[in-house]
Amino acid sequence: MESLSKRAKVLEKKPMSFAERAYLPAIFQGLSITMQHFFRAATKKQVTIRYPEEVRPFSPVFRGLHVLKRDEVGRERCTACGLCAVACPAEAITMVAGERKKGEEGLYREEKYAVSYEINMLRCIFCGLCEEACPKAAVYLQADKMAPPRFERDEFIYGKDRLVEPVTPDNRSKRGIQLTPEQADKLRSQLA
Amino acid sequence: MTLPALGWQGLVVLATFGISLLIATYCTYFERVWAAFFQDRVGPDRAGPFGLLQPLADAVKLFTKEEFFPAGANRALFIFGPCLAMVTALMSSAVIPFGNFLKFGDTIVHLQGIEINVGMLYVFGVVALGVYGIMIGGWASNNKFSLLGAIRAASQNISYELAMGLALIAVLMMSGTLSLREITLQQSVAGEWHFWNIVRQPLGFVIFLVCAFAETNRTPFDLPECETELIGGYHTEYSSMKMGLYLFAEYVNVFVATAVMSVLYFGGFNYPFQYEFLDFLTTKTGLSADWAHNIFVLMGVVAMFTKIFIGIFFFMWVRWTLPRFRYDQLMRLGWTILIPLAIFNILLTGGLITFGVIK
Repeated sequence: MESLSKRAKVLEKKPMSFAERAYLPAIFQGLSITMQHFFRAATKKQVTIRYPEEVRPFSPVFRGLHVLKRDEVGRERCTACGLCAVACPAEAITMVAGERKKGEEGLYREEKYAVSYEINMLRCIFCGLCEEACPKAAVYLQADKMAPPRFERDEFIYGKDRLVEPVTPDNRSKRGIQLTPEQADKLRSQLA
Repeated sequence: MTLPALGWQGLVVLATFGISLLIATYCTYFERVWAAFFQDRVGPDRAGPFGLLQPLADAVKLFTKEEFFPAGANRALFIFGPCLAMVTALMSSAVIPFGNFLKFGDTIVHLQGIEINVGMLYVFGVVALGVYGIMIGGWASNNKFSLLGAIRAASQNISYELAMGLALIAVLMMSGTLSLREITLQQSVAGEWHFWNIVRQPLGFVIFLVCAFAETNRTPFDLPECETELIGGYHTEYSSMKMGLYLFAEYVNVFVATAVMSVLYFGGFNYPFQYEFLDFLTTKTGLSADWAHNIFVLMGVVAMFTKIFIGIFFFMWVRWTLPRFRYDQLMRLGWTILIPLAIFNILLTGGLITFGVIK
């Protein structure tokens, strides 16, 4: 039969030569190869990443722990429309909507806001559909944080206390809409 | 031998014991570090600087693990097995000369646990006893895999001890003595460090080396513990420090094997240009004759341990290079290649001695 590629090698079954039967030349060849590796490992930098001190960089499209974003003056962006909860294939998101009272304009961006917002990280499959569904650019999956392991099941239900990002410009998540330097300076002076 | 001299000798025995254990302990560390380097990895570096406290952590782990006795095991023999393996491994280092003698005025301290005129025979006898530890442990576990490992260990040791003994006979034909100290001293013909036995017995050395690998159950001859076929071989059922004793015994055996090799073939405590060095110490520096001698001897101890460390490194180097033999290949290599070669080596040595080529 005609071979499809010309890469096929015809194997000749020769009887082994004396050097091959004596094992020793092959053994020394093997020893020299391992010795090269020995010196390479002992002198050059190893490929090993020493985990707690060094961390392997995450991919920029990695989908990790969720964050609820704030806007340029520190108000929560979420308006509790529920589109993320509808989009969620794992039904991990629940929320309770509430009306913004007078005097709370500095806390919530829209007139309707999420009184509670919970994501069950045991149900979540980190697909990112909530991020795509959000019309207010409020929920994001961070590329540099993972949901850490815990001992109790109820500790996996993340409420607003753990999801909403801090107000201070320097501690904000790197995902989503970022503050411009001017906005950050303004917010900093406001907080101070 | 006066009483103080006896006390000194006791100290040397204790030191030999301690050094054997210490080297075995750090063999476990270096085995891992070197294994890592051979495989482009980092190795243990967490416990202490460079991971040097790793053996301590291992000891804590082994001591605090559960003592497990399999159902139907012979309890007494199950405990006796690892003890025997460890005792025989430690006993054999007693006759190895780690150095010549130190002189303090009238007191002479031999750097050797005990000097007996059948030292080589003693080492062989004790090492041969070591296989009983494996056999008893493997049999007492009441486990098929352990028993298979024990049987393999026994047959392997018998086959390779033959070739090893025959390789040794060629050395003994030249030395005319079984005393390890005498054999070492004969290799120190004044000024000629190249008079080491390796030069006169290259073939014998290769046979001895291969057999030493088999005797210590190291790769490529670690069929008794062969984890791919036999789980853990003879120590499948062992846990806690009983397991630790088996592992330790293996490293002590490696230490003893390399020590015996360096005595028999690499001139033991002799080192290149040693007499020039002694000459330099006595004439050029203002040291007393005793101290010049002592420094000269201590350098010999350093040389001995350098040879041992190189030997241990070689053992580990081979371990991380070669795959394990198949059982039938092992037997064929032992019976149809090594033994005829060793006999040929004896004939060759005999012929060369008869025609006066070597002494």
